[in-house]
Amino acid sequence: MAFADVREYTHLTDEEIEAIGRELDEIRAEVEADRGQADRDYVTRIITLQRRLAAAGRITLFASFFPPAWLLGTAMLGSAKILENMEIGHNTMHGQWDWMNDPEIHSSNWEWDTTQPAEQWKHSHNYIHHQFTNVLGHDNDIGYGILRMSRDQKWTPYNLGQPVYNFLLAAFFEWGVALHDLDIEAIRKGKKDPKLLKKQLKQIGEKVGKQGFKDYLMYPLLTGPSFFSTLSANFTANLMRNFWSYMIIFCGHFPDGAVHFTEEELEDETRAEWYLRQMLGSANFEGGKLLHVMSGQLGYQIEHHLFPDLPSNRYAHIAVKVRDICKRYDIPYTTGPLHKQYGQTLRTIMKLSLPNRRTSDNPAPLSPRKRRRLDDAERPVRRTELGKWSGAASA
Amino acid sequence: MPEPLTERTPALQRLRRVAATLTTPLAPDDYLKLINPLWSQRELRGRVEKVIPETERAATLVIKPGWGWSWDHHPGQYIGIGVELDGRFHWRSYSLSSVPLKENGTVSITVKAMPEGFLSEHLVNGLAPGTIVRLAAPQGDFVLPDPPPEKALFLVGGSGITPVMSIIRTLDRRGSMPDVVLAYSAVHPEDMMFRDELRQLAETHESFALYERFTDTDGILTPEQLDDVCHDWMDRETWACGPGPMLDAFTDHYKRLGRDEHIHVERFTLNTAGGEASGGTVTFGVGGPSIEVDGATTLLEAGEQAGVNMLFGCRMGICHTCDVPLASGRIRDLRSGEEHDNPNEYIQTCISVAAGDCTLTL
Repeated sequence: MAFADVREYTHLTDEEIEAIGRELDEIRAEVEADRGQADRDYVTRIITLQRRLAAAGRITLFASFFPPAWLLGTAMLGSAKILENMEIGHNTMHGQWDWMNDPEIHSSNWEWDTTQPAEQWKHSHNYIHHQFTNVLGHDNDIGYGILRMSRDQKWTPYNLGQPVYNFLLAAFFEWGVALHDLDIEAIRKGKKDPKLLKKQLKQIGEKVGKQGFKDYLMYPLLTGPSFFSTLSANFTANLMRNFWSYMIIFCGHFPDGAVHFTEEELEDETRAEWYLRQMLGSANFEGGKLLHVMSGQLGYQIEHHLFPDLPSNRYAHIAVKVRDICKRYDIPYTTGPLHKQYGQTLRTIMKLSLPNRRTSDNPAPLSPRKRRRLDDAERPVRRTELGKWSGAASA
Repeated sequence: MPEPLTERTPALQRLRRVAATLTTPLAPDDYLKLINPLWSQRELRGRVEKVIPETERAATLVIKPGWGWSWDHHPGQYIGIGVELDGRFHWRSYSLSSVPLKENGTVSITVKAMPEGFLSEHLVNGLAPGTIVRLAAPQGDFVLPDPPPEKALFLVGGSGITPVMSIIRTLDRRGSMPDVVLAYSAVHPEDMMFRDELRQLAETHESFALYERFTDTDGILTPEQLDDVCHDWMDRETWACGPGPMLDAFTDHYKRLGRDEHIHVERFTLNTAGGEASGGTVTFGVGGPSIEVDGATTLLEAGEQAGVNMLFGCRMGICHTCDVPLASGRIRDLRSGEEHDNPNEYIQTCISVAAGDCTLTL
């Protein structure tokens, strides 16, 4: 079920929520003050690696008629595309590297290697999705206007096809993303400004043209006799990237434990409550360093949603502190291995293709949650009625 | 902007266009710079070739510019130099002290380490040869007319010598030194940049007179003393470059005598706001609309009040939809209280306020 009020849901007092907000503000301030050479070195290293990988993949595919070369070239190109979209493009467009004051790695002019124009992504993702995260009717990322992802969304017979739509969405994810900012829902209801629609379609058309020309005509032609094998290699590399980014993104907000909210939550929401909504609405996954890099550090989705514009290489470190806050205030922190998180997501997609009465609700993590008694060390600092401060941190 | 090397001939232009279809959404340069860091015109850049100490606290940086650099700058103009320090690019402007000549393959700027100027200190003492820096194209109108005037006077204080040096070197190289008087003040002899070279030039050219003044012992040069230094200054076109008070005194003097059209000045403006100013006049685009606001009105709100079509998203500092580059002035980040005054730096208008007058690039 979707929740109307974060405060009520978590059983936290206003003071506690404000204290959490302050702690998170402090984490942000600490990282901001500490950003420097090591962070720049990280991102320039990843960018250099990605460009070398892409170039090596393209060159290897000149021999794509030879199966091992096809396999190697495709793997390199696919990995390069994944790195570009996830760790580099997504994060740069969030403004994570703007502090470097480097126009070559900056949110204002970064364009990424996929069919959606960066300008539209920054609107649909940075603004709509990150501001209205998991609020039904506001956040189009809940099912991308294609899938029913919450029991609070109305069921129609159309949803019976969800297993099929889901597969198609995964395979052609970049196309789903390309059309994302058009807001299909608004077009269906006739609420979309036709002028804006025309402008957006033109922008998408131009981008799609360039991307398609490159992958499906220029490189195949360049490789001459290997035309068709290069074409299939490029198609496969795009497919790899599509499946991968689909899976990572769906693991961000749909595993069990990540909750949805109704519109009422947005009313008079404070910054601290916004933080809390981000924590409750997002889910992490666990894995090694390579997995986190290849997923653009979105295994730290919770941290990313709290601080979308802090450098991605900092999320692992921030996560330790966020987990600690969650533990102290008894707030759920959803995480698990990637296969488990995606398994739960897939189960929800399948279940919700049927009407609510045919299926049971997924186990809700804490509704209502029984709060464990905290010991003194875990207890947050709290203002007493006498106007003094009590708790572990007070001297 | 002049045409970059790679676009000089139609064939190269075509090649670049074809290459760009292969590298889209990036530019060919984004890959080429992996081979040679100067093979990119996305941002003008250069490699520091030599660092020549001039005095104890000043050094000349000889820089080899990369693709896209134009060699047609006018002597007296300045360039922007962006250096990476602890992960961030910081920008400053310095006059070119070199002759605009392509055959040299390099340009040079002379930097004096200012007290508390962390960047000038870094430029003088911290830049190793081989360092890649960013450059901004030459600009400024502190230049000689063509042909140069028959009689000229240069009034110079301290590091104000750098643009004048470029002018005098060019006159020397062309072998057309007109009647020039250079009145050059420095604190003491060790602090006087290019002293040997200037003395040499004064010996070579009869028409070039050098007047050296050391303010430690002689005091500063005042407009009233001008007659002693250069008796026919009223007949000369004057170029002045140096500290603000000196320039103010001379421009006032010229104005009183109705000669303000005959003095050209170059100011190295310093930020004197010191971070205490709060609010100010915000200008949207150079020459665009402006509005006076207090220190609590965000630049985004200011723009909207001024009727500017500002881009915005979340209005809470997370989505970066509203970012624009700062053209000049100083702003404060409301969240951190941190102030920014780097020209070209992108700022988030929804959480920034004016800390003094400022101009945004739109």
